[in-house]
Amino acid sequence: MAKIPGLVKGLGVTFGTMMRTITKGANTVQYPHEKEIPPIRSRGVIALHQDNCTSCMLCSRSCPDWCIYIEAHKDLAPPRREGGKVRTVNKLDRFDIDYALCMYCGICVEVCPFDALFWSPEYEYSEPNIADLLHDKTKLSEWMETVPEAPALEAGADKKKK
Amino acid sequence: MNSIFAIVIPYWGQSLLRVLGGLVAVLLPAGTIVYLFLFKMMSFMQSRLGPMEAGPYGSLQLVAEVGKWMQKEDIVPQRADKLIFKIAPVVVLVSTFLLVVVVPFGPDAYFTNFETGVFYALAVSSISVLGILMAGWASANKYSLLGGLRAAGQLIAYELPMVLAVMGVVIQAGTMNMQQIVVAQNSDSIFGFDGLGNPYILTQMIGFIVFMISIQAELTQAPFDMPIAESELVSGYMTEYSGFRFLIFFIGEFATAGVFAMIASVLFLGGWGVPFAWFGWNSVNDVADWMNLVGPIILISKMMLVVFIIMWIRFSYPRFREDQLQRFAWKILIPVSLANIMVTAVLKVAL
Amino acid sequence: MTLTSDRLGDRQKLSYIAGQAADARLNLELETEGMTLNIGPQHPATHGTLRIVARLDGEQVVWAEPSCGYMHRGYEKLTEVRTYPQVTTLVNRIDWLGSFANEVPFILAAEKLMGVEAPSRAQWIRTILFELSRIANVSLFLGDLGVQLGAITPVFLAFRDREYVLNLIESATGGRFHPNFDRIGGLKDDLPAGFIDETKAVMKKLRNFCDEIERLLFGNEIFQSRTRGIGIIPRGIALQYGLSGPNLRASGVDWDLRRDQDIAMAWNKVNFKVWTHPDGDSFARCWIRLQETREATLIVDQLLDGLPSGPVMAKVPKIIKVPEGEAWVSTENPLGEMGYYVVSRGDLGPFRVKIRSASFNNISITPWLLRGVYVPDIITILASLYFILGDIDR
Repeated sequence: MAKIPGLVKGLGVTFGTMMRTITKGANTVQYPHEKEIPPIRSRGVIALHQDNCTSCMLCSRSCPDWCIYIEAHKDLAPPRREGGKVRTVNKLDRFDIDYALCMYCGICVEVCPFDALFWSPEYEYSEPNIADLLHDKTKLSEWMETVPEAPALEAGADKKKK
Repeated sequence: MNSIFAIVIPYWGQSLLRVLGGLVAVLLPAGTIVYLFLFKMMSFMQSRLGPMEAGPYGSLQLVAEVGKWMQKEDIVPQRADKLIFKIAPVVVLVSTFLLVVVVPFGPDAYFTNFETGVFYALAVSSISVLGILMAGWASANKYSLLGGLRAAGQLIAYELPMVLAVMGVVIQAGTMNMQQIVVAQNSDSIFGFDGLGNPYILTQMIGFIVFMISIQAELTQAPFDMPIAESELVSGYMTEYSGFRFLIFFIGEFATAGVFAMIASVLFLGGWGVPFAWFGWNSVNDVADWMNLVGPIILISKMMLVVFIIMWIRFSYPRFREDQLQRFAWKILIPVSLANIMVTAVLKVAL
Repeated sequence: MTLTSDRLGDRQKLSYIAGQAADARLNLELETEGMTLNIGPQHPATHGTLRIVARLDGEQVVWAEPSCGYMHRGYEKLTEVRTYPQVTTLVNRIDWLGSFANEVPFILAAEKLMGVEAPSRAQWIRTILFELSRIANVSLFLGDLGVQLGAITPVFLAFRDREYVLNLIESATGGRFHPNFDRIGGLKDDLPAGFIDETKAVMKKLRNFCDEIERLLFGNEIFQSRTRGIGIIPRGIALQYGLSGPNLRASGVDWDLRRDQDIAMAWNKVNFKVWTHPDGDSFARCWIRLQETREATLIVDQLLDGLPSGPVMAKVPKIIKVPEGEAWVSTENPLGEMGYYVVSRGDLGPFRVKIRSASFNNISITPWLLRGVYVPDIITILASLYFILGDIDR
C-alpha cells in the first residue's frame, strides 16, 4: 500500500477528534452548571478545630509567608479533681489566616502537634473585596464541616499512620 | 429582474433590493461560517464545546462579539497615517462586496450578468491586497510593517495560480460568463450518463486543488498565515486595530472566505443547480421559477462544504515560512496549473 | 535646466546645489542598516517574560541576544532566611510545570548532609512522581510546539491529556502544580488507594496522545520542512555552552544523569532507553522529547509493578537541624540538568543555596545560534530549545 502522506494523516486526527466530541461529548466540564469533584487530599482551604488549638504558635512560625495571625491569653480553669492544682488554659482571641498571602503549601497543617488544622477540598470562596480573604476563627471553624475522611492508602503502605 | 410576481418595480426599487440582497448575501454566510466553523467546528476538533452561554448552544455569540467590539475605544496610534489607517479595513471589505455581485444564485436571481464574469471576479479580488498593505504601512508599528510586507509578497504570488486554475474551467466551458458556466455544468453529461451533470471538479480535479490552495493563501489562512502569524507578530497587519475597525477586518476575513467558496462552488461544483436531467429541462429557459428560491439554498450548502474543507485545513496544519511559501507557489503550483491548462486545451479540441 | 546653462543666475545655481545637498543628506539618513526588533518581554511566543533583541536585515537576523531577568524573584536570597520545609515549598515554583522534579535534588542534598537515606518505598514513589512531572512538563511542550509553529489544535489535545496526569498528582499530594510532597527522610504521605490502577490507565492514554501528536504534528510535511535543518547545534558547541537534557542528546551526546549517576532514587532498578539523535537540529530536539515522554510512561509502568512495601519516612527528628557541611546533587530534570549546592551551618535552614537551573545554560547558546536565521526560525529555535522563564531567572 502506498504510504499515506503525513498531511492526510493529520487531517484524520482532527476529523476523528471532532467525531468523538460529537458522539461522546467533550472533555471539558461546563462550569458553573456542572462541577468537578476534586480528590480528597486536594488543598482547597484550611479548617480550624478550635478546641484542639493551644496557641503554641508553631503554625504561625513555620508559615513561609507569615500569613497566620494568632493572639491568645491565659485563663485559669478549675482543677480536674478535688484538691488538685489550678490549671491554666490558653484561650484563643484571634486566629486569622490571610488567604491573599497563603501559598497553600500545607506546612502549618503538617506541623501542628495537636491536630487542630485540617485540609478541605472546598475551593469556591473567592471574594470581590480582598480584605474579605482574611478568614477569622469563626469562618475557619465553619470549614470544619467540609473536611473529608482521610483516604485509604494503597497496598503495601505501612499500616501505622502518622 | 424588473418584476417580481408580476409587480413592476421601478429602477430605484430594484437598486435598493440589489443593495440589500448584496448585504445579506455577504453578511449572512459570514455570520453562519463564523458560528458553525470557527466557534463550533474548531472547538469540536479540540475536544471542547465552544461558546455555550450566549443563546441556545451559543448561537448568539457572534451578536455578543459584535456588541463587544463596537463598544471598544477607537485607538489610532499617534504616529499613524490617519487617513490611510482608517480607510484600510473598508477597502478590504469593499472588495468582498464587489466580488459577490457576479455570483449567480439562481436562473434569474443574480445581481449582474457580466459576459466576462470570471475575469471581473479575479481582478476585483486583488483589491484586498491594497487594503492589507495600507493597514500594514499606516500602523506605524514594526510588527505590522513586517506583516504587511509578508502579505504583499504572498498575496501577489498566489494570484497567478488562482487565475491559471480557473483558466481550465473557462476553456472547458467555453465562456467566462458565470451563469453560462453553471448551466453548462448542469446540462452536460459525462460520457452519455447525465444523471450527475458534468461538475467540473471531476475533470478539473487538479485545477480544483490548485484553486483551493490559492484561496487558502489569498485568505491568509493557515498554513499560509505568515502575515498574521499569531505567535510571532501578535496579529501582523491587524495589530494596531481595535474596536469597530478590527470587527470589519474580522468579518471581512470570513465574508471573503464565504464568497470565494461560493465562486469555487459555482466554477467547480455546479453552482445553484441540480443536474437538469433530473427534471427534464433542456436549457436555462426551461428551468422552473421555484428554482429561484431553492437555488440560493443549494448554493449555500455547496459553499458550506467548501468552507468546511478550508477551515479543516486551517485548524490542522502549522504554517509555512515565507520563502517556503513563495517557493511552493512559483515552483510547484504555477507549473502544475500550466500543465493542467495545456491538457485541458488539447482534450477540449480532441474530444 | 542644467548647471551648464549660461542663462542661469547665481541664485538659481545656488538653490540647485542646495537641493542636491539636501537629497544627499536624506539618502544618508534613510541608509537603513537594519531594523532592531524587540521580541518580548510581553509576547505570545516566548514562554514567559524573555526579551530577545534582534537586529534584522530584511527578514534575516544579523545579531540577536536574549535579555533575561524580568522574572527574577531572588530565590537564592529567599532561601537564606527560611527553614528546610519552607525552602521545599518555594523551590516548587522554579520550574513550575514539572514542579516535583525541583524538590528532589534539594531534598537529596539535605539528606546527604544529614547522612539519612529514605526507605526504598519512598525512593520508588519519588521516582514515580518525578517521571509523572516529566510527562506533564514535556506533554505541554509538545502542544506548545504546535502553537509556536501555527498549528492551533495540538495544544488543546496536550492540555486535555495533561489533565489526567495533574489529577493523579493531585490525588496523591493535594496540589496539581505545586505538590510540596518531598520531605527530608522520605515523603509526606503514602499513595491513596487506587493510585496504581489509575496511573496505569492514564499512562496508556498518554501513549495514545503521543501517537496522536506524532500523526498530527511530527508526520506533517510542513512541520518537517519548518524544523529539519534549522538551528543545528554541533556536538562540540553543545558541550562548550553547557547544554543539558534533550538539547544535548539531540546533538548526539549520550549523556543521561538517571543512568550514569548513583543517587538515592529508583532509576537504576528499571530498564529504559536513552534516546539520542545525530542531527542536532530543531526536529531532533522535538523528536527526542516525544520519545522521552513515551519512555517515561514505560518507566512509570515498571515502577508501579515493582513498588516495594514499607514505610515512607525514615526515622528523623521532628525539628530537623542539618549538620554543617556542603553538598551538591543534580538530577536529570525535564528541562535538563538541575542541581543544588547546599551550604549548611547546622541551622534550621540552609546558610546558602546555589541553584543550577537548566534553562539558563540552555539559552546561553541563542546568540551563537540565531545568527543568519530568518525571523520565523527564531521562534522555531526558541520553541525547540524549550526553556521556562522561572527556570532561567529564578
